Amino acid sequence: MAEAGAVFLKDLQQELRNRYALNAMALFAITTLVVVGFAVGSQALPASVVAALLWVVLLFTAVASLSRVFLREEETGTALALRLAVEPEHVYLGKLLFNVVLLGAMALVVAPLFLAVMQARVGNPGLLALVLLLGCIGLAAASTIVAAIIARAAARGALFGGLAFPLLLPVLIAATGGTTRALEGAPLGAAWAELRLLLSFGVVMITASLLLFEHVWNE
Amino acid sequence: MERIGLSTGWRIVCGAWMAGVIAAAFIGVGPAAGFREPEAARILFFHVPVAWLAVLGFLGATFHAVRYLRRRNPAADIRAVASAEMGFLFCVLATLSGALFARVQWGAAWNWDPRQTSIVALLLVYAAYFTLRSAVAEPERRAALSAVYAIVATLPMLFLVFILPRVVESLHPADTVRSGGMSPDYRVVFFAALGAFTLLYLWIYRLRVAVGELERVACRHSMK
Amino acid sequence: MRSPDGGPEVPAEVFLAVRDLAKSFGRLGLFRGVSFELSPGEALVVTGRNGSGKSTLVRILCGLLRPTRGSIEYRVGERLVPGRDVKRLVGLVSPDLVLYEELTLLENLRFFARVRGLRRSDRELQTLLTQVGLESEGARRAGTLSTGMRQRLRFAHALLHEPPVLLLDEPTANLDDAGVAMARACMARQRSRGILVVATNNREELELGDQILRLGG
Repeated sequence: MAEAGAVFLKDLQQELRNRYALNAMALFAITTLVVVGFAVGSQALPASVVAALLWVVLLFTAVASLSRVFLREEETGTALALRLAVEPEHVYLGKLLFNVVLLGAMALVVAPLFLAVMQARVGNPGLLALVLLLGCIGLAAASTIVAAIIARAAARGALFGGLAFPLLLPVLIAATGGTTRALEGAPLGAAWAELRLLLSFGVVMITASLLLFEHVWNE
Repeated sequence: MERIGLSTGWRIVCGAWMAGVIAAAFIGVGPAAGFREPEAARILFFHVPVAWLAVLGFLGATFHAVRYLRRRNPAADIRAVASAEMGFLFCVLATLSGALFARVQWGAAWNWDPRQTSIVALLLVYAAYFTLRSAVAEPERRAALSAVYAIVATLPMLFLVFILPRVVESLHPADTVRSGGMSPDYRVVFFAALGAFTLLYLWIYRLRVAVGELERVACRHSMK
Repeated sequence: MRSPDGGPEVPAEVFLAVRDLAKSFGRLGLFRGVSFELSPGEALVVTGRNGSGKSTLVRILCGLLRPTRGSIEYRVGERLVPGRDVKRLVGLVSPDLVLYEELTLLENLRFFARVRGLRRSDRELQTLLTQVGLESEGARRAGTLSTGMRQRLRFAHALLHEPPVLLLDEPTANLDDAGVAMARACMARQRSRGILVVATNNREELELGDQILRLGG
C-alpha cells in the first residue's frame, strides 16, 4: 500500500510541477460554465435539469483529463521503468487515487460555481456532497481502467471518450437522480437507491479493475 | 467437404421452423387485446427474442473474454468476437424493431424511454468494443485489451438493461413473458419464435467462428 | 544480500537458464533457437546487427515480454522464480529507459526505492549518485540532464536495488571516457557478485563475456 501511495505522490508532484491536467480541466470547466450560463440566461430551471447539466460538465471534465495518468507514462516512455519497479496493483491503486483526488478537487470548485451561476437553491447540502463524492469516485474508477486500456492502443486520446461513456452512463443516471433530490431538499433516505447504486458501482468497478489490470499493464 | 455452421439437417429444421413461426405470427394467432394497436403486438414474436439474443451475445463475449484471459487461448478470442458481432447484429435489429413498435403504439419512434435508451447504450458498448479492437494492431494485445473491456463493461451493461428499466418508469410493456400476461396461443408462438431465432443465432455464430479459425490457420501458414 | 533493515530480501545466488527461445511479432520472426545458461559470476555478451532482436531479448530476460516459444528460468537455489517476481531480480540499462523529467534525480531515486519497497536514506542515494559520477546533480530535474548524464542516471537507477542480474543494452552509448570507465567498473563489480548480460555491437565489450551470443545469423 505504501507503494501505491508513492505512485500517487509521484503523480501529484508531476502534476503540481507542470499542471497540464489542472490547466486543461480548469479551462474546460470555466468555458463550459460560461457557455451554459449564457445559454440558460436568467431562466429558473427545474432541479432535474440543473442536476443533469452539472453532471454533464463533470463528465466532460473527467473525459478531458483523467486519461493523462496513463497516457503520459506511455508517451514519455517512463512506463518501462514503472513496469520494472512496481507491482501492477500498486500502479493501479496509485493512479486511481490520483484521478479521484483530481476529479474531486475539480468538483469541489466547479459544483458550487455552477450552482451559483444557475442560481439554484440547494435543499440538502449534505446529500449533495455525498452524491458528488460517490459520483466522482464512480467516474474516476471507470475512467481509470479505460485510460489504462487505451494507453496501450494506437489512437489513444480519441478513443477515451467513446470507450468510457457507456460505462459511465449508470453513474450519470444515478448521480443526476441523487443530485436532483439533494437540490429539492429531500432527506438522505429519499436518494437511498441512487446512493446505493453509486456505492456498489464504485466497489465493483474498482474490484474488477484490480483483478484485470495486470492483463492490461503487462505485455 | 464438411459443412461449417450447421449440418444440412439442422439447416432445414431452422428454415422450416422460422417459416412456421412467421406464418403463425401473422395467421395462426389473432390480434392481442390491451395494445393500442392490437395487430402491432405481433412484433413481440420478433422484437423480444432478438433483444434477448442481443444481451446473450454480450454475455457470450464476456464469457469467452474470461476464458481468454485465463489461458491466453486464441480460440477463445475468436469466439468472443463472434459473440460480440452476433450480439451487435441482434442489437441493431432490436433497436429498429423497438422503434417501429414505438412508432405504431405511441406515435413517436423515439421516446427516451429507459428500455429504448438501454438498448442504444448496449449498441454503444458494442461499438466501443469494436472500435477498441480496430485500434490495436498486435493480435495478442488486441485480444487481451478487448477482453478486459468486455468484462469491465458487464456491470454497467447489466445495470442498464435489467435494473434501469425497472427502477425508472417506462412506457415499455412490462414483463409480459414472465408475469404470464400472454394468452396461451401467444405463448406457444413466442417460445417457438425464441427457439427459431436462437437456432438462427447459433448457425451464424458457428459460421463466424469457423471463418475466424480459418483466418488463424491461414495466418500461421503464411508465417512459416 | 540486503537487507536486515526491513526491505525485501534480494537473493544472492541466481541462476539463469534459457532454452530454445524464439520470438516473433505477428508474422515477423525475430530470432529462434536461443539457448544459454549463466551462473553467478558469469557474463554473456549478445551481439548482432541492428534489428536482430538484441533489445527484444533483453526485454524478455527482464520478464517484460513473453517469448513465442521456449523457456526462461531464473532459479534461486532449487526454487524457480515465478514470472511476476523476475523484475525484482533484474536491473536494466537501456536507451528506452526514461525517468521522470519533472522530478529531480534524488526524487526519482527516492520514488523508485520506495515503490520497490526498499529503505534507502538520502545519504545512500547520494552515494549511489557519486558512484555514477553525478554527485553534484542530485537536485537537478532529470529533464535538464545531458544525454551522457542521463545514461549515468540509468546506471544509478539500475543498481538501486543491487540486482543479482544486470542487463545492459548499449551501456556505453553517449558516455565520455570517464563515463565508460564508470560503466566498466559497474560491469566488473556485477560480475563479481552476480550475472551480467550485455547487448552491444561495441568490439571492446565483446571481450567482457564468458559467452557470446550472436543474433541474426
